[in-house]
Amino acid sequence: MDVLMLSRLQFAAATMFHFIFVPLTLGLSVLIACMETAYVRTGNEVYKKMAKFWGKLFLVNFALGVVTGITLEFQFGTNWSRYSAYVGDIFGSLLAIEATAAFFLESTFIGVWHFGWDKLSPKAHATTAWLVAGASNLSAIWILIANGFMQNPVGYVLRNGRAELTDFWAVITNKYAWLEFFHVVPASLLLAGFFIVGISAWHLLRKNNTEFFQKSFNLGISVALVFALFTAFEGHIHGNNLSDTQPAKLAAMESHWETQTQAPMYLLVIPGEDGNVLQALPLPGVLSFLAYNDFNAEVKGLNDFPKEDRPPVVLSFLSFRLMVGLGTLFILVAAFGFLVRSKVHNYPLFLKALPFCIPLPYIALWAGWTLTEVGRQPWIVYGLMRTSDAVSPVGGAEVGFTLVLMTLLYALLGAVGIWLMVKLAKKGPEDNTPIQV
Amino acid sequence: MTTLMETGSLHYYLAMIWFILWGVLWAVYFILDGFDLGVGTLLPFLARTETEKRAMFNATGPFWDGNEVWLIAAGGVTFAAFPYAYAQMFSGLYMALMLLLFTLIVRGVSFEFRSKVESPAWKKIWDTAHAVCSFLPALLLGVAFANIFQGIPLDETGFSQAGLFGLLNPYGIAGGILFVTIFMMHGALWLCIRTTGELKQRAENVATKLWPGVVILTVLFLAYTAMSTQLFANYMVYPILFVILLLPVAGLVLMRTYLGAGKYWMAWASSCLYIGGTALFGVTGIFPAIIPSNPNPAHSLTIMNSASSALTLEIMLVVAVIFVPLVIGYQSWVYKHFATAMTEDDLHY
Repeated sequence: MDVLMLSRLQFAAATMFHFIFVPLTLGLSVLIACMETAYVRTGNEVYKKMAKFWGKLFLVNFALGVVTGITLEFQFGTNWSRYSAYVGDIFGSLLAIEATAAFFLESTFIGVWHFGWDKLSPKAHATTAWLVAGASNLSAIWILIANGFMQNPVGYVLRNGRAELTDFWAVITNKYAWLEFFHVVPASLLLAGFFIVGISAWHLLRKNNTEFFQKSFNLGISVALVFALFTAFEGHIHGNNLSDTQPAKLAAMESHWETQTQAPMYLLVIPGEDGNVLQALPLPGVLSFLAYNDFNAEVKGLNDFPKEDRPPVVLSFLSFRLMVGLGTLFILVAAFGFLVRSKVHNYPLFLKALPFCIPLPYIALWAGWTLTEVGRQPWIVYGLMRTSDAVSPVGGAEVGFTLVLMTLLYALLGAVGIWLMVKLAKKGPEDNTPIQV
Repeated sequence: MTTLMETGSLHYYLAMIWFILWGVLWAVYFILDGFDLGVGTLLPFLARTETEKRAMFNATGPFWDGNEVWLIAAGGVTFAAFPYAYAQMFSGLYMALMLLLFTLIVRGVSFEFRSKVESPAWKKIWDTAHAVCSFLPALLLGVAFANIFQGIPLDETGFSQAGLFGLLNPYGIAGGILFVTIFMMHGALWLCIRTTGELKQRAENVATKLWPGVVILTVLFLAYTAMSTQLFANYMVYPILFVILLLPVAGLVLMRTYLGAGKYWMAWASSCLYIGGTALFGVTGIFPAIIPSNPNPAHSLTIMNSASSALTLEIMLVVAVIFVPLVIGYQSWVYKHFATAMTEDDLHY
């Protein structure tokens, strides 16, 4: 394998692994801050207990999220140095602003939150929870603005052999970036909702700490429902925007080959990289409607893109369907759970199934990012720089070696981290006195 | 490399400001992560009981994460303000950086993992991982920066490869040893502030014993630097710059004095002065290069040929002026409230 492919694999491994932990950090931090606020406002100890229990899981997750994030910033320099030199003027500054304006806040106050239970008043402690939650989500904004530039480059001019910033306002108000933000953050809240619901269901089934886990369940399921609906609705707008900004991605994710008006959506498609192997059961005009909110609109097909400008079709097509399919399932599960929440103990089968639902939002988020990043190929910056021109002139052996090392290290740490979280989750909140040394 | 700006233009002054801030960021990173890396390195040598180990972890527990962000910020600012230098520095030092990242990852999770299972064998694994992965980053950072001081073999395209073994030249290794020793000293002083009883006694002892070592290594490293780098060239042109050396020298002297007097906070602050002064000395030496090229200085990556556009530098300056004081403000608040001698209560996890 060449350096390009090895570097792409390495970057994919690093981001996918990082992205196991990020969404839970984004969503759960907000929910924990809500629990602490409820404690401050009502004085009900159960809310404090909730913040502590979910907080313990949060900390293990957070540690893995932070340390794996460091790799990403540096990978742009180590593996994608030509990219860094070419768009560093814009992309680099966004990462630097993220560190200065958000990441400092998050990392400083996570320590205070962790060690401050006995040192701060409940109100001050709740404030640190909000600072962590706010800063995590603020980080997401800056990172997604940076990613938004890669998806839909704006506010620059080509000068001195690179992209130079000309309009900062255009960069930070990039519609693509904000559509990503309003998709990813609600999806993260949905994920946190399912996380809480799944663990609570496991305990409710065993009648452990019923009050505690019923309260957690109610919070989790409400959050899951609201944001499952929001994410799906927002996803549609996101799809609309693709038809303007990244028509090749849109065509690839639908495996749509011929440019046509009243473009149909086929219920049965077997996609291929050079045309569909099979397509049947068309719904006339539906694709046009999904892309432009107009049954008669023209949708550009893959055949009208030069072959070297087409993203991988099968992967885009499948990841899109996986994301949408799971998204639909989340709405159904969350709606049912919400309706029966107060007598959910009467549905043991449902309770048994919920812990198995925990991985599903993770898979949906992964699929979504796969579509976003793979669908952008062959461009690293859409229409501006090809991924193959971005890679560092480093040796294949070195990249291969670090790829293997990183994969092993991440797999090991990930396994240990998940094992610890399962252990802590099963233990429940009973033991919330600090562990004596 | 083409020159991106005219000397004396606004762009030039903006780039100069960012060069200074760039140096300051690395200095602050070394000062802050330096002590927690040092404490980690000292773990197997100082802590004898489980309580003492817990104390050593908790001595840095509330701070290390915030400290490490200074590395992210230093990296981010290199990326944003001097993208060509960032691209070169991080791809050129590929293996060293990857190893640095892996060790920082293992170290970071060790804080969280070690206390989660009540088993001596489990704790031992993470204690060892923590110590090794505190020692290695200190060593690798020293190796990397010594190599930058010395210059990296760049060609006219700017891109080159300094393999890991190329970095492990005698001067690079000398830099690594210096960093490890300095950070251990810095960490020992931090433990004097945070711990009590026998552990504190031992930390004080180690600090006292390490001090002459730091002095000797500093002198030797300076002599070695004079022989094998161009770092003194700027100082020869403007001898007034030698006053910068007064900072680390004062830091060293004050460190010993305050340590002897039992004023640990002041001793640690002096150590900060020493580290900051040393970093400043190095940065002044390489100016106006960010990555000096050796043997052909004409290929150096400098302020003039690797800076971002004036607009980017300007926007980032506005961001820095607003947020850096805020960061310093809340981090100081955290240090003030949490960096006190630990009591029984602080040893919980």
